[in-house]
Amino acid sequence: MTAPLLEIEDLAVRFDTEDGPVEAVDGLGLRLAPGEILGLVGESGSGKSVTAYAVLGLVRPPGRVLRGSIRFEGRDLLALPEAELRRVRGAGIGMVWQSPRTALNPVLTVGHQIARLLRHHRGLPPRAARERAVEMLRLVGIPEPERRARQYAHQLSGGMCQRVMIAMALATQPRLLLADEPTTGLDVLVAARIMELLKDLGRRTGAAILLITHDLGTVAESCDRVAVMHAGQLVETAPVRTLFRDPVHPYTRALVAAIPRVDREVALEPIPGAVPSLLHAPPGCRYAARCALATGRCRQERPALLPIAPDHQVACFAAEPVA
Amino acid sequence: MGFGGFLLRRLALTVPTLFGVTVVGFLLAYMLPGNPALVKAGPFATPDFVAEVERQMGLDQPLPVQYLRYLGALLQGDLGLSSSTGRPVLADFAQRLPATLELTLAALLIAIGIGVPLGVLSAIHRDTLLDHAGRVLSVAGVAMPSFWTGLLLIYVFFYLLDLAPAPLGRLAPGLQPPAAVTGLYVVDSALAGDWPALRSALQHLALPAATLGIAVMAPVARMVRATMLETLQSDFVKAAWGAGLPPRRVIYGDALRNALIPVVTILGVVFGFLMAGNAVVESVFAWPGIGNYAVTSLMTKDAGPIQSFVLFVALMYVVVNLAVDLLYGLIDPRIRLG
Repeated sequence: MTAPLLEIEDLAVRFDTEDGPVEAVDGLGLRLAPGEILGLVGESGSGKSVTAYAVLGLVRPPGRVLRGSIRFEGRDLLALPEAELRRVRGAGIGMVWQSPRTALNPVLTVGHQIARLLRHHRGLPPRAARERAVEMLRLVGIPEPERRARQYAHQLSGGMCQRVMIAMALATQPRLLLADEPTTGLDVLVAARIMELLKDLGRRTGAAILLITHDLGTVAESCDRVAVMHAGQLVETAPVRTLFRDPVHPYTRALVAAIPRVDREVALEPIPGAVPSLLHAPPGCRYAARCALATGRCRQERPALLPIAPDHQVACFAAEPVA
Repeated sequence: MGFGGFLLRRLALTVPTLFGVTVVGFLLAYMLPGNPALVKAGPFATPDFVAEVERQMGLDQPLPVQYLRYLGALLQGDLGLSSSTGRPVLADFAQRLPATLELTLAALLIAIGIGVPLGVLSAIHRDTLLDHAGRVLSVAGVAMPSFWTGLLLIYVFFYLLDLAPAPLGRLAPGLQPPAAVTGLYVVDSALAGDWPALRSALQHLALPAATLGIAVMAPVARMVRATMLETLQSDFVKAAWGAGLPPRRVIYGDALRNALIPVVTILGVVFGFLMAGNAVVESVFAWPGIGNYAVTSLMTKDAGPIQSFVLFVALMYVVVNLAVDLLYGLIDPRIRLG
């Protein structure tokens, strides 16, 4: 197996709220190989975005990283001084933000916003940076890139803003792309084209992609592997085919069962309850309160993430072979 | 595109505003206690003479007629005569305006020069000692009335420390004002290379400008702090951090540029406040500007200068707000003029 590009171990992020500390991410571990597309799936509030912020070193008070390590190309990002980290951000790791329109600066032209990254990270002279920015816009499929480069975010459609974000994230040729709900708020066709674009560009530039989404359909079409998060914890990780064909964790099974399908006429199963409040997280499995299989042990003890097959790990007592 | 049309429409909109101001200014002068004819005729005039003066001044006519006469004269650029100086109000104004402009601009410069950095620093170092100190300074600046700040500054810098010259006018006695180019002594003396005059002009300008500037610095600083805090939380600033841009560029390039957009709006309001605050500060420092002129006229119930002052302040408001609107189009591409 090749050395992982990104390796997160035992990551914990805590937010000190007025009502008490909340562990938004608790003991998360992830591995991402070069060029791999990993889907990070979970409901809202499961800690997906916070994980991405932690990778970029953007967890700000009241949040803080409690423990763990985030190794990118062998270096622990959590131990890097801020100035070094800034060189990794943007240059080594690109980010596609959740709401492209508000993530673009309203008073700078989109071309300028791409060009300044090239100037800062790649040291390109202004003219070359401008030309390269237009080229990037062409690459992400924006028609009339010369004209669009001179426009502002409010003059572009939502889909086009997302293309600009992707162009911006990829302009400096990062090895890793974090995509946080890149298709939220876009209509289905545009969303599909954006995903297609991401996959294609990822393949062409060799960048690995961490795709954060709540949409399993997107994951099924785009990802190599999937990691499922629930209430700040990883509950299952597997290759995408395995996960859809043979989900093991009750939460994963519930998620997969909640995907509408046209070929089978089955009533959709909603998952009971909501992501539990992490304010007074119970000592045991955080899914126990919503789980049909929960036993007394589940409420007392936290199941560890254990392999049940090569490259397939689950954190559930029910999945463990009976000793 | 369509800029000329936008400008025309905006200018047309100012007509009703200014018309309303003439009504208010006129009524204000009319309702002043005391009889201007009596003041003009002098303390020893006979009632017959006073009646004669009233007739000359048109004060025996019904109110609407008086107003229409006033308006008619106004449209011809005739602001009337000042009964205390005996000269046309327009001439008096023209003579005093540069002094007021110099004071106002200097105060605005102080307010922006201190207010904006203070607001930015307060936002970046939120809830630290610096932020609290800035807040205290701002509250003090707003809470202290200008005449009090002025007197305090005079007491400390002139009486106690002897750093500032006597608060009497724009230049030390015995110095010739520089040849008028802009009418601003600081600029003109610098242009003429008249260093003693420049020095004296700056010394005389410092305290009154600081007095006015401190008062309006506070709202500027608070506004910058508030909008800065908001933009620092915005998605695009987060994205800029995430893209590894250096802090200085994120804070000043991304955040401040967006944070300043709403601040431009209050500059219009601040300017209006400065024009009004001028009257007090000019009186305290015997500054020969139009505010001082208006206050003096108020004492002598001299209607012409008062009406003109009201009209002028309103005109400045209108002009400045128009300028703010135009400026908006320049700094915020989301606003398309036309």
